[in-house]
Amino acid sequence: MAKRLVPILAMILVIMALYVFMLAVAELPPYGNVDNPAHNYVYEHYVNNALEETGVLNIVTAIILDYRSYDTLIEATVLFTSIMAVLITLKKGEQH
Amino acid sequence: MLDFILKKVVLILLPFIQMFGIYVIFHGHLSPGGSFAGGIIVAVGFICYSLVFGAEKGQEKIPHKITNLIESFGTLWYGLMGLVGVLRGAGFLLNKGAVAVGQPGNLFSGGLIFLITFGVGLKVASTMVTLFFTLTEEE
Repeated sequence: MAKRLVPILAMILVIMALYVFMLAVAELPPYGNVDNPAHNYVYEHYVNNALEETGVLNIVTAIILDYRSYDTLIEATVLFTSIMAVLITLKKGEQH
Repeated sequence: MLDFILKKVVLILLPFIQMFGIYVIFHGHLSPGGSFAGGIIVAVGFICYSLVFGAEKGQEKIPHKITNLIESFGTLWYGLMGLVGVLRGAGFLLNKGAVAVGQPGNLFSGGLIFLITFGVGLKVASTMVTLFFTLTEEE
């Protein structure tokens, strides 16, 4: 009896969670709207001053390698750490 | 017979894949793409070669020692490029205040960003190649 009850309970839980998520999605502003919260002074500053302040045409590169350069530096370190972990666990060394 | 076709197709495609990856890395400051995307494309060339011709022949092309060196050097290179700004009296990881950036739009412009993109691209490529070889090595 309990075995049959579990999928039904799971389905009810999924539907309830889905309802909450759908409510959140319905509250989102329309895509590409000028008055969206994402279009604020930060966006304007990057578009207007990125070339002047960094000397790079590609604004994405200007952001990840100049404005947010610390983030990318640590990201490179994360890659390095992950590859070290993989090598430590999987690489076959010389048998002692 | 499938093996024959696969080998020929990969041998034809490989130079274009590698060239496109290097193009994406070097134009990171001008066009969409950059170090991470370009590095992945370069690594895909090596991974394609090893998938078709076998891991031993792939390892002959790019041995573990070289990937380990590039791997460690890429992160260090980024830090050193950041220190250039400190040495010029501007600030850590600063670009325009530290070095001359040249004419925007030229290939050789962008100052430190150009060099950082190059180093990180090589590093990402070696990361992917090392991951592939380590995970596919059999007992």
